[in-house]
Amino acid sequence: MKTQTGTSRRDFLKIAGTTAGGLVIGFNWFSCDSPKMEVLSTEQILAQAKSFNSFLSISPTGDVVIFSPNPELGQNIKTSFPMVVAEELEADWEKVRVVQANLDPEKYERQLTGGSGAMPHSWERLRKAGATAKFVLVAAAAQTWKVPASEITVSKGMISHEGSGKKGHFGEFVAVATTLTAPEEVTLKDKKNFTIIGTPVKNVDAKDMYTGKPMYGLDFQREGMQYAMIQRAPFGMKLVSVDDSAARAVAGVTNVVTFGSSVAVVGTSTWPLLKAKKLLKVNYEPDGVVESSTDHDRLFTELMAKGKAEVKRKDGDVASAFKSAAKVVTAEYQCPFLAHSPMEPENFFAHVQGDKVELVGPTQTPDRARQETATLLGIPPENVSVAITRLGGGFGRRLRADYVVEAVEVSRAIQAPVKVTWSREDELTGGAYRPAVRYRFEAALDATGNLIGYKLRGVGMNAGNTTRETNFPTGAVDHVLIETIEHASSITTNAWRAPITNFLAYAEQSFLDEVALAAGKDPVDLRLELLNRAKTKPIGELGYDVDRMLGVVNMAKEKSNWGKNPAVKQGFSVYFSHKSYVAQVANIEMEAGKPTLKKITAVTDCGLVVNPTGANHQVRGGIVDGMGHAMYTNMTFEAGVPKQRNFDTYRLIRLKEVPEIETHFVDSGFDPTGLGEPALPPTGGAIANAIFAATGRRLRSQPFIEQKEFSDIQLQIKRG
Amino acid sequence: MANFTLKVNGTTHQVEVEDDTPLLWVLRDHLNLVGTKFSCGIAQCGACTVHVNGNATFSCVTPVSSIGNSEVTTIEGLSKDGDHPVQKAWDEVDVAQCGYCQAGQIMNAAAFLEQNPSPTLEEIDNAMNRNICRCGTYHKIREAVALAAKSN
Ligand code: FES
Ligand code: FES
Repeated sequence: MKTQTGTSRRDFLKIAGTTAGGLVIGFNWFSCDSPKMEVLSTEQILAQAKSFNSFLSISPTGDVVIFSPNPELGQNIKTSFPMVVAEELEADWEKVRVVQANLDPEKYERQLTGGSGAMPHSWERLRKAGATAKFVLVAAAAQTWKVPASEITVSKGMISHEGSGKKGHFGEFVAVATTLTAPEEVTLKDKKNFTIIGTPVKNVDAKDMYTGKPMYGLDFQREGMQYAMIQRAPFGMKLVSVDDSAARAVAGVTNVVTFGSSVAVVGTSTWPLLKAKKLLKVNYEPDGVVESSTDHDRLFTELMAKGKAEVKRKDGDVASAFKSAAKVVTAEYQCPFLAHSPMEPENFFAHVQGDKVELVGPTQTPDRARQETATLLGIPPENVSVAITRLGGGFGRRLRADYVVEAVEVSRAIQAPVKVTWSREDELTGGAYRPAVRYRFEAALDATGNLIGYKLRGVGMNAGNTTRETNFPTGAVDHVLIETIEHASSITTNAWRAPITNFLAYAEQSFLDEVALAAGKDPVDLRLELLNRAKTKPIGELGYDVDRMLGVVNMAKEKSNWGKNPAVKQGFSVYFSHKSYVAQVANIEMEAGKPTLKKITAVTDCGLVVNPTGANHQVRGGIVDGMGHAMYTNMTFEAGVPKQRNFDTYRLIRLKEVPEIETHFVDSGFDPTGLGEPALPPTGGAIANAIFAATGRRLRSQPFIEQKEFSDIQLQIKRG
Repeated sequence: MANFTLKVNGTTHQVEVEDDTPLLWVLRDHLNLVGTKFSCGIAQCGACTVHVNGNATFSCVTPVSSIGNSEVTTIEGLSKDGDHPVQKAWDEVDVAQCGYCQAGQIMNAAAFLEQNPSPTLEEIDNAMNRNICRCGTYHKIREAVALAAKSN
């Protein structure tokens, strides 16, 4: 395969020798008119790294260092990105070392983790990085050995020429390689010949994680560093006054500072702060509307009935379709707010010194941390450095920089380096939640059970667009109306793993089951019928690839033995989100008279699977996450104060609550797409539909365990 | 403030802290042993699991004053080179996603297998149910504990 060069974005290469005699290769991904070559020292490259995007370096010993720009939070990118580079380089994976790069917006174009977007963005760039490096190494060997480059082969970091019997490792050619010109075009490997991509490569940080090496933000320490914890105001309230005398009296507390409505206790270690925070006597007053969960329920009902709706999609004539319908199915679905609850609570290190700031910590968006810090202090963004630690989970929480800016505030106030740590209570009550949403679905069926009209109206609490108006089943139905209604709540929200779709998919896939029942059709047949209609006679804009969706539906049907065993009650769900397609089937069997959830079969089309171990992790992890929150987790409010404050009441799924999960991947021939999110959305629907099939109970709200329809079915979960 | 002499990973340490200070914070903030993690602070998640005289213990709710002469082992001291059978099994199965919960999982598994070297799958499930993994690596945790038991 030749890479495209006809695009305006032309990649070019810089090759340089290092002071230690190594080779450093930098790629520029910005558009330019012609390729350029410069030879620079490492210091020069690092100092004037303006036009570089990514680096890989090769030492004279043949060791390869690959810089990984994106924050690693468990999605395994720190392993999978370098795998792609190493594949095209034909490196020996044993000799590859991976280094987390610091924030450098001029070097790296998309240095963030979110939206499952990193792999699609970087796939070709990473391949070219490896292939170009291989090209110059081969050219160097050809020149050294005086043989044609075309006769040279490369494998596992060794360059060989069969005719002359010559052989050498990468390191032997780096010096010559720095004198050569990089090609404008490189030939990429045929996917058939991949030897690293597609194999289960182990996590590059495994050893450090399993031996307790400091690697997370919370582990960071610095000489002279102070610790701080912050008391924040309830939603819709502001600080009036604080009596900090008891807090200051705690041994180990050195200071109490206030900014905005926040009160920070500062000290020499963490424990005194946990105690002192509880001793603060803080007075708040309303600042806008103070909401409780009962208000949200009332608002959902009022707004659903007569809120100002924004029309997101309109196909055909919905009013006449519903008027002429033989049958109308209507249902409402609701989900609560949720916290992200990464196992590592929010924390950040900040050191403000004059107009310069040093930041260290776990963030999904280092550039946002930098920009917001610069804005707060009125300094140029270049004056802020950000070192990215490994993240103990993110789930979207660390896309915000609120907890970074707080650390900057405290460091500025106390004029010292400081690490701000959130307790679990801070994390669960600190906002930035997955928004609460209620949906109303209406379906019009004609006399033969055809779906002729489809209406969806979503009401969200700071949710933005609650719908995904180009998603299935739009495109398959003649008459469609999709609307969204926003309530500006004082409860703060943020992206949460698979934003919106994390709940919309459950509601929609459950509702489609209700439609199938009303139409007297098998749930999978109904979906196949609709997909075939979208294929042969698409209505309006389609946000999904019908064939890929059909691919996962058909494979899931086959792999799960859909409908074949009457003793197994099954629930089906299929969803396209974040560029990948996932179908899931949940199996419930009766055991000792109780419905028992035993297995979930998942079929995924995420294009080429780069690392099967990582892909399995993401699919299973997404399913466990989707299941846990659908089943168990709730977040409610009383006068702006969250009621679930720690894991005793904010219930997360545990080991004994997961069924067997069987994963399959469709070989669709497409380039890889991300997997951090897409497996989560379909899960709630598959489980709810299986529960309906087994018990006749339809679960229209989450968490399931708090619904009265669920209270007496005695669902067990077991692994086969 | 009071002085405590602690035996951690075979070494004796002196610390001066309040007696109610949880072992977790003594390890992390005073002894610079940050492999033991903080997550809930209320004995719900297991991220802070260490061994006290070989028993898996939530260090977040264990006051330093209760330790006395007991031997404390943290993830840093579980083995010399990361080659404890449980660590090896974790590596073999490639358990971690974010990895934050895994030190606690490993410490719990190691103490459990010490007491029950050939457990049934159900016993593994019961033992490991005390540790939360927000990334959902539960299938692999179960697999790794079973592997460690087998290779023991
Ligand atoms: S931090 Fe100790 S059990 Fe959660
Ligand atoms: S691996 Fe992330 S919490 Fe367990």
